[in-house]
Amino acid sequence: MWSWVGHRITGVGIFFFLLVHVLDTSLVRVSPEAYDAVIGAYKHPIMIMGEIGLVGAIVFHAFNGLRIILVDFWKQGTRYHRQMLWAVMILWFVTMVAFSIRHLMIFFEGWEGF
Amino acid sequence: MTTTNSEAVLPAQGIEAPRSGRIDPKYLRSNPSSGSFEMVAWVFMRVSGAALVVLIFVHLFSNLMVGEGIHQIDFAFVAGKWANPVWQFWDLTMLWLAMLHGTNGMRTIINDYAEKDSTRLWLKSILYSATAVIIILGTLVIFTFEPCLVDDAGNLMDYAPSFCESVVN
Ligand code: HEM
Ligand code: HEM
Repeated sequence: MWSWVGHRITGVGIFFFLLVHVLDTSLVRVSPEAYDAVIGAYKHPIMIMGEIGLVGAIVFHAFNGLRIILVDFWKQGTRYHRQMLWAVMILWFVTMVAFSIRHLMIFFEGWEGF
Repeated sequence: MTTTNSEAVLPAQGIEAPRSGRIDPKYLRSNPSSGSFEMVAWVFMRVSGAALVVLIFVHLFSNLMVGEGIHQIDFAFVAGKWANPVWQFWDLTMLWLAMLHGTNGMRTIINDYAEKDSTRLWLKSILYSATAVIIILGTLVIFTFEPCLVDDAGNLMDYAPSFCESVVN
Protein backbone atom coordinates (compact mmCIF):
# COMPACT_ATOMS: atom_id res chain seq x y z
CA MET A 1 0.00 0.00 0.00
CA TRP A 2 2.65 2.56 0.98
CA SER A 3 4.76 1.40 -1.96
CA TRP A 4 1.83 2.33 -4.21
CA VAL A 5 1.61 5.79 -2.60
CA GLY A 6 5.35 6.21 -3.00
CA HIS A 7 5.19 5.17 -6.64
CA ARG A 8 2.44 7.69 -7.31
CA ILE A 9 4.13 10.62 -5.52
CA THR A 10 7.51 10.01 -7.18
CA GLY A 11 5.82 9.68 -10.60
CA VAL A 12 4.11 13.06 -10.22
CA GLY A 13 7.30 14.68 -8.92
CA ILE A 14 9.40 13.40 -11.82
CA PHE A 15 6.75 14.54 -14.29
CA PHE A 16 6.86 18.15 -13.05
CA PHE A 17 10.66 18.10 -12.96
CA LEU A 18 10.69 16.94 -16.59
CA LEU A 19 8.47 19.84 -17.70
CA VAL A 20 10.90 22.33 -16.15
CA HIS A 21 13.94 20.36 -17.36
CA VAL A 22 12.92 20.50 -21.04
CA LEU A 23 12.27 24.24 -20.65
CA ASP A 24 15.71 24.89 -19.13
CA THR A 25 17.42 22.72 -21.75
CA SER A 26 15.63 24.67 -24.49
CA LEU A 27 17.61 27.75 -23.44
CA VAL A 28 20.49 26.41 -25.58
CA ARG A 29 18.41 27.77 -28.47
CA VAL A 30 18.12 31.20 -26.82
CA SER A 31 21.79 31.88 -26.12
CA PRO A 32 24.80 30.18 -24.52
CA GLU A 33 24.78 32.88 -21.80
CA ALA A 34 21.15 32.20 -20.91
CA TYR A 35 21.73 28.43 -20.73
CA ASP A 36 24.91 28.71 -18.64
CA ALA A 37 23.28 31.16 -16.22
CA VAL A 38 20.26 28.97 -15.56
CA ILE A 39 22.13 25.66 -15.48
CA GLY A 40 24.58 27.32 -13.07
CA ALA A 41 21.79 27.17 -10.50
CA TYR A 42 22.08 23.35 -10.56
CA LYS A 43 25.56 23.75 -9.02
CA HIS A 44 24.34 25.52 -5.87
CA PRO A 45 24.58 23.45 -2.65
CA ILE A 46 20.81 23.54 -2.16
CA MET A 47 20.30 22.22 -5.69
CA ILE A 48 22.90 19.49 -5.06
CA MET A 49 20.64 18.25 -2.25
CA GLY A 50 17.68 18.60 -4.61
CA GLU A 51 19.47 16.47 -7.21
CA ILE A 52 20.05 13.75 -4.64
CA GLY A 53 16.33 13.91 -3.81
CA LEU A 54 15.38 13.78 -7.49
CA VAL A 55 17.64 10.83 -8.19
CA GLY A 56 16.27 9.13 -5.06
CA ALA A 57 12.74 9.54 -6.43
CA ILE A 58 13.71 8.23 -9.89
CA VAL A 59 15.61 5.24 -8.54
CA PHE A 60 12.69 4.26 -6.29
CA HIS A 61 10.14 4.70 -9.07
CA ALA A 62 12.35 2.75 -11.48
CA PHE A 63 13.07 -0.22 -9.18
CA ASN A 64 9.53 -0.38 -7.82
CA GLY A 65 8.26 -0.07 -11.43
CA LEU A 66 10.35 -3.09 -12.40
CA ARG A 67 8.84 -4.95 -9.43
CA ILE A 68 5.32 -4.09 -10.64
CA ILE A 69 6.24 -5.36 -14.11
CA LEU A 70 7.57 -8.62 -12.64
CA VAL A 71 4.45 -9.11 -10.51
CA ASP A 72 2.34 -8.67 -13.66
CA PHE A 73 4.31 -10.75 -16.14
CA TRP A 74 6.35 -13.31 -14.22
CA LYS A 75 4.51 -16.49 -13.18
CA GLN A 76 6.01 -16.51 -9.68
CA GLY A 77 5.69 -12.72 -9.41
CA THR A 78 2.75 -12.56 -7.03
CA ARG A 79 4.25 -15.18 -4.75
CA TYR A 80 7.50 -13.25 -4.29
CA HIS A 81 6.16 -9.69 -4.32
CA ARG A 82 7.10 -9.14 -0.62
CA GLN A 83 10.64 -10.35 -1.12
CA MET A 84 10.89 -8.20 -4.23
CA LEU A 85 9.83 -5.15 -2.21
CA TRP A 86 12.74 -5.85 0.11
CA ALA A 87 15.03 -6.16 -2.88
CA VAL A 88 13.75 -2.78 -4.14
CA MET A 89 14.54 -1.14 -0.80
CA ILE A 90 18.00 -2.68 -0.51
CA LEU A 91 18.94 -1.90 -4.11
CA TRP A 92 17.60 1.63 -3.67
CA PHE A 93 19.70 2.13 -0.55
CA VAL A 94 22.91 0.79 -2.11
CA THR A 95 22.43 2.85 -5.29
CA MET A 96 21.71 6.01 -3.32
CA VAL A 97 24.72 5.63 -1.02
CA ALA A 98 26.99 5.20 -4.05
CA PHE A 99 25.36 8.05 -5.99
CA SER A 100 25.37 10.48 -3.05
CA ILE A 101 29.03 9.87 -2.21
CA ARG A 102 30.14 10.36 -5.81
CA HIS A 103 27.91 13.38 -6.41
CA LEU A 104 29.04 15.12 -3.19
CA MET A 105 32.72 14.38 -3.81
CA ILE A 106 32.53 15.84 -7.31
CA PHE A 107 30.63 18.82 -5.94
CA PHE A 108 33.19 19.65 -3.22
CA GLU A 109 36.14 19.16 -5.56
CA GLY A 110 34.97 21.76 -8.06
CA TRP A 111 33.11 24.10 -5.75
CA GLU A 112 34.20 27.73 -5.95
CA GLY A 113 32.26 28.94 -2.89
CA PHE A 114 29.15 31.06 -2.70
CA MET B 1 -28.96 -40.30 1.44
CA THR B 2 -27.30 -38.31 -1.29
CA THR B 3 -29.49 -35.57 -2.50
CA THR B 4 -28.31 -34.07 -5.70
CA ASN B 5 -28.71 -30.39 -5.53
CA SER B 6 -27.91 -29.27 -9.02
CA GLU B 7 -27.71 -25.65 -8.01
CA ALA B 8 -24.98 -26.36 -5.46
CA VAL B 9 -23.01 -28.53 -7.87
CA LEU B 10 -23.29 -26.11 -10.71
CA PRO B 11 -23.39 -22.67 -9.14
CA ALA B 12 -23.17 -21.02 -12.50
CA GLN B 13 -26.75 -22.04 -13.13
CA GLY B 14 -28.15 -20.67 -9.91
CA ILE B 15 -26.01 -17.70 -8.97
CA GLU B 16 -25.24 -14.79 -11.18
CA ALA B 17 -21.69 -13.49 -11.50
CA PRO B 18 -21.11 -10.75 -8.90
CA ARG B 19 -22.73 -7.43 -9.76
CA SER B 20 -23.61 -8.53 -13.27
CA GLY B 21 -26.02 -6.07 -14.71
CA ARG B 22 -26.83 -4.56 -11.36
CA ILE B 23 -24.94 -1.31 -11.79
CA ASP B 24 -26.74 1.39 -13.67
CA PRO B 25 -24.42 2.38 -16.56
CA LYS B 26 -24.56 6.01 -15.48
CA TYR B 27 -22.46 5.08 -12.42
CA LEU B 28 -19.74 3.45 -14.49
CA ARG B 29 -16.88 5.69 -15.49
CA SER B 30 -15.62 3.42 -18.23
CA ASN B 31 -17.58 2.56 -21.30
CA PRO B 32 -16.89 -0.72 -23.10
CA SER B 33 -15.50 0.97 -26.20
CA SER B 34 -12.54 2.41 -24.24
CA GLY B 35 -11.49 -1.11 -23.27
CA SER B 36 -8.88 -1.66 -25.93
CA PHE B 37 -7.33 1.77 -25.43
CA GLU B 38 -6.88 1.06 -21.72
CA MET B 39 -5.28 -2.27 -22.59
CA VAL B 40 -2.79 -0.63 -24.94
CA ALA B 41 -2.07 2.04 -22.31
CA TRP B 42 -1.46 -0.64 -19.67
CA VAL B 43 1.07 -2.47 -21.87
CA PHE B 44 2.67 0.83 -22.93
CA MET B 45 3.28 1.82 -19.27
CA ARG B 46 5.24 -1.39 -18.73
CA VAL B 47 7.20 -1.42 -22.00
CA SER B 48 8.12 2.28 -21.79
CA GLY B 49 8.99 1.90 -18.09
CA ALA B 50 11.47 -0.87 -18.82
CA ALA B 51 13.09 1.18 -21.61
CA LEU B 52 13.19 4.33 -19.46
CA VAL B 53 15.25 2.60 -16.78
CA VAL B 54 18.10 2.22 -19.27
CA LEU B 55 17.60 5.60 -20.98
CA ILE B 56 17.45 7.64 -17.76
CA PHE B 57 20.13 5.76 -15.81
CA VAL B 58 22.63 6.23 -18.66
CA HIS B 59 21.58 9.91 -18.97
CA LEU B 60 22.21 10.50 -15.26
CA PHE B 61 25.43 8.50 -15.28
CA SER B 62 27.02 10.26 -18.25
CA ASN B 63 25.99 13.73 -17.03
CA LEU B 64 26.61 13.46 -13.28
CA MET B 65 28.89 10.51 -12.48
CA VAL B 66 31.74 10.73 -15.01
CA GLY B 67 34.16 13.54 -15.87
CA GLU B 68 33.57 16.62 -13.74
CA GLY B 69 29.98 15.62 -13.06
CA ILE B 70 27.62 18.49 -12.33
CA HIS B 71 30.39 21.10 -12.91
CA GLN B 72 30.92 20.06 -16.53
CA ILE B 73 27.41 20.94 -17.62
CA ASP B 74 27.31 24.07 -19.76
CA PHE B 75 26.56 25.08 -23.34
CA ALA B 76 29.73 23.48 -24.72
CA PHE B 77 28.92 20.20 -22.96
CA VAL B 78 25.47 20.01 -24.57
CA ALA B 79 26.97 20.99 -27.93
CA GLY B 80 29.53 18.22 -27.59
CA LYS B 81 26.87 15.63 -26.85
CA TRP B 82 24.44 16.62 -29.57
CA ALA B 83 27.22 16.63 -32.17
CA ASN B 84 26.81 12.86 -31.89
CA PRO B 85 23.65 11.51 -33.54
CA VAL B 86 23.53 8.68 -31.01
CA TRP B 87 22.96 11.14 -28.18
CA GLN B 88 20.44 13.08 -30.27
CA PHE B 89 18.46 9.91 -30.82
CA TRP B 90 18.93 8.90 -27.18
CA ASP B 91 17.49 12.18 -25.87
CA LEU B 92 14.69 12.15 -28.44
CA THR B 93 13.57 8.66 -27.40
CA MET B 94 13.86 9.56 -23.72
CA LEU B 95 11.85 12.76 -24.25
CA TRP B 96 8.97 11.04 -26.05
CA LEU B 97 8.77 7.94 -23.87
CA ALA B 98 9.09 9.82 -20.55
CA MET B 99 6.51 12.43 -21.57
CA LEU B 100 3.97 9.90 -22.86
CA HIS B 101 4.52 7.58 -19.87
CA GLY B 102 4.26 10.49 -17.42
CA THR B 103 1.20 11.95 -19.15
CA ASN B 104 -0.61 8.63 -19.12
CA GLY B 105 0.22 8.22 -15.44
CA MET B 106 -1.11 11.71 -14.70
CA ARG B 107 -4.28 10.87 -16.64
CA THR B 108 -4.83 7.86 -14.37
CA ILE B 109 -4.36 10.02 -11.30
CA ILE B 110 -6.81 12.67 -12.57
CA ASN B 111 -9.39 9.93 -13.21
CA ASP B 112 -8.87 8.69 -9.66
CA TYR B 113 -9.20 11.94 -7.75
CA ALA B 114 -11.22 14.42 -9.81
CA GLU B 115 -14.82 13.39 -9.34
CA LYS B 116 -16.71 15.95 -11.37
CA ASP B 117 -16.81 15.41 -15.14
CA SER B 118 -16.08 19.06 -15.81
CA THR B 119 -13.07 19.09 -13.46
CA ARG B 120 -11.64 16.02 -15.17
CA LEU B 121 -12.13 17.58 -18.57
CA TRP B 122 -10.36 20.77 -17.51
CA LEU B 123 -7.42 19.05 -15.87
CA LYS B 124 -6.93 16.73 -18.83
CA SER B 125 -7.07 19.60 -21.32
CA ILE B 126 -4.34 21.39 -19.40
CA LEU B 127 -2.33 18.17 -19.14
CA TYR B 128 -2.51 17.32 -22.85
CA SER B 129 -1.70 20.89 -23.91
CA ALA B 130 1.35 20.99 -21.65
CA THR B 131 2.48 17.60 -22.98
CA ALA B 132 2.11 18.67 -26.61
CA VAL B 133 4.07 21.91 -26.02
CA ILE B 134 6.91 20.15 -24.20
CA ILE B 135 7.26 17.29 -26.71
CA ILE B 136 7.27 19.66 -29.71
CA LEU B 137 9.64 22.13 -28.04
CA GLY B 138 12.05 19.41 -26.89
CA THR B 139 12.09 17.78 -30.34
CA LEU B 140 12.74 21.09 -32.11
CA VAL B 141 15.53 21.96 -29.68
CA ILE B 142 17.38 18.73 -30.41
CA PHE B 143 17.16 19.11 -34.19
CA THR B 144 17.58 22.86 -34.69
CA PHE B 145 20.46 23.17 -32.26
CA GLU B 146 23.48 25.11 -33.60
CA PRO B 147 26.66 24.31 -31.64
CA CYS B 148 29.19 26.45 -33.55
CA LEU B 149 27.85 29.98 -33.00
CA VAL B 150 29.81 32.81 -34.62
CA ASP B 151 29.70 36.52 -33.88
CA ASP B 152 28.96 39.25 -36.45
CA ALA B 153 32.54 39.25 -37.66
CA GLY B 154 32.38 35.51 -38.32
CA ASN B 155 34.62 34.49 -35.43
CA LEU B 156 33.75 31.56 -33.19
CA MET B 157 32.19 32.57 -29.90
CA ASP B 158 33.93 31.67 -26.65
CA TYR B 159 31.19 29.25 -25.78
CA ALA B 160 31.69 27.06 -28.81
CA PRO B 161 33.08 23.59 -28.06
CA SER B 162 36.59 22.90 -29.33
CA PHE B 163 35.57 20.69 -32.26
CA CYS B 164 34.01 23.77 -33.91
CA GLU B 165 37.43 25.13 -34.81
CA SER B 166 37.90 22.51 -37.49
CA VAL B 167 34.32 22.97 -38.72
CA VAL B 168 34.27 26.75 -39.08
CA ASN B 169 37.82 27.57 -40.15
C1 HEM C 1 19.92 16.40 -12.02
C2 HEM C 1 19.76 15.53 -12.95
C3 HEM C 1 19.86 15.86 -14.43
C4 HEM C 1 20.78 16.63 -15.09
C5 HEM C 1 21.97 17.38 -14.50
C6 HEM C 1 20.43 16.61 -16.50
C7 HEM C 1 21.13 17.27 -17.50
C8 HEM C 1 20.76 17.33 -18.84
C9 HEM C 1 21.53 17.95 -19.89
C10 HEM C 1 22.90 18.61 -19.69
C11 HEM C 1 20.84 17.81 -21.05
C12 HEM C 1 21.29 18.28 -22.44
C13 HEM C 1 21.56 17.14 -23.40
C14 HEM C 1 22.26 15.95 -22.83
O1 HEM C 1 23.13 16.09 -21.94
O2 HEM C 1 21.92 14.82 -23.25
C15 HEM C 1 19.61 17.11 -20.74
C16 HEM C 1 18.61 16.81 -21.64
C17 HEM C 1 17.51 16.02 -21.37
N1 HEM C 1 17.22 15.40 -20.15
FE1 HEM C 1 18.27 15.60 -18.43
N2 HEM C 1 19.30 15.82 -16.68
C18 HEM C 1 18.93 15.35 -15.44
C19 HEM C 1 17.86 14.53 -15.17
C20 HEM C 1 16.95 14.09 -16.11
C21 HEM C 1 15.84 13.19 -15.82
C22 HEM C 1 15.51 12.62 -14.45
C23 HEM C 1 15.17 13.00 -17.00
C24 HEM C 1 13.96 12.14 -17.29
C25 HEM C 1 12.88 12.09 -16.57
C26 HEM C 1 15.84 13.78 -18.02
C27 HEM C 1 15.45 13.90 -19.34
C28 HEM C 1 16.06 14.67 -20.30
C29 HEM C 1 15.53 14.87 -21.64
C30 HEM C 1 14.24 14.27 -22.21
C31 HEM C 1 16.45 15.72 -22.32
C32 HEM C 1 16.33 16.26 -23.76
C33 HEM C 1 15.66 17.62 -23.68
C34 HEM C 1 15.29 18.23 -25.03
O3 HEM C 1 14.87 17.50 -25.93
O4 HEM C 1 15.36 19.46 -25.14
N3 HEM C 1 16.92 14.42 -17.44
N4 HEM C 1 19.60 16.83 -19.38
C1 HEM D 1 12.63 4.90 -14.69
C2 HEM D 1 11.85 4.06 -15.33
C3 HEM D 1 10.36 3.93 -15.02
C4 HEM D 1 9.70 2.75 -14.76
C5 HEM D 1 10.30 1.34 -14.67
C6 HEM D 1 8.32 3.10 -14.56
C7 HEM D 1 7.31 2.18 -14.32
C8 HEM D 1 6.00 2.47 -14.04
C9 HEM D 1 4.93 1.51 -13.85
C10 HEM D 1 5.09 -0.01 -13.97
C11 HEM D 1 3.81 2.21 -13.55
C12 HEM D 1 2.44 1.62 -13.18
C13 HEM D 1 1.49 1.67 -14.34
C14 HEM D 1 0.16 1.05 -13.99
O1 HEM D 1 -0.14 0.84 -12.80
O2 HEM D 1 -0.59 0.74 -14.93
C15 HEM D 1 4.15 3.63 -13.55
C16 HEM D 1 3.26 4.65 -13.26
C17 HEM D 1 3.58 6.00 -13.35
N1 HEM D 1 4.78 6.55 -13.77
FE1 HEM D 1 6.45 5.52 -14.20
N2 HEM D 1 8.16 4.47 -14.68
C18 HEM D 1 9.38 5.01 -14.99
C19 HEM D 1 9.64 6.37 -15.23
C20 HEM D 1 8.73 7.40 -15.09
C21 HEM D 1 8.97 8.79 -15.42
C22 HEM D 1 10.26 9.34 -16.03
C23 HEM D 1 7.84 9.49 -15.10
C24 HEM D 1 7.54 10.98 -15.25
C25 HEM D 1 7.79 11.67 -16.34
C26 HEM D 1 6.88 8.54 -14.55
C27 HEM D 1 5.61 8.85 -14.11
C28 HEM D 1 4.65 7.93 -13.72
C29 HEM D 1 3.33 8.28 -13.24
C30 HEM D 1 2.79 9.70 -13.03
C31 HEM D 1 2.65 7.06 -12.99
C32 HEM D 1 1.19 6.87 -12.46
C33 HEM D 1 1.23 6.46 -11.01
C34 HEM D 1 -0.10 5.92 -10.53
O3 HEM D 1 -1.01 5.66 -11.33
O4 HEM D 1 -0.20 5.72 -9.30
N3 HEM D 1 7.46 7.27 -14.57
N4 HEM D 1 5.49 3.76 -13.86
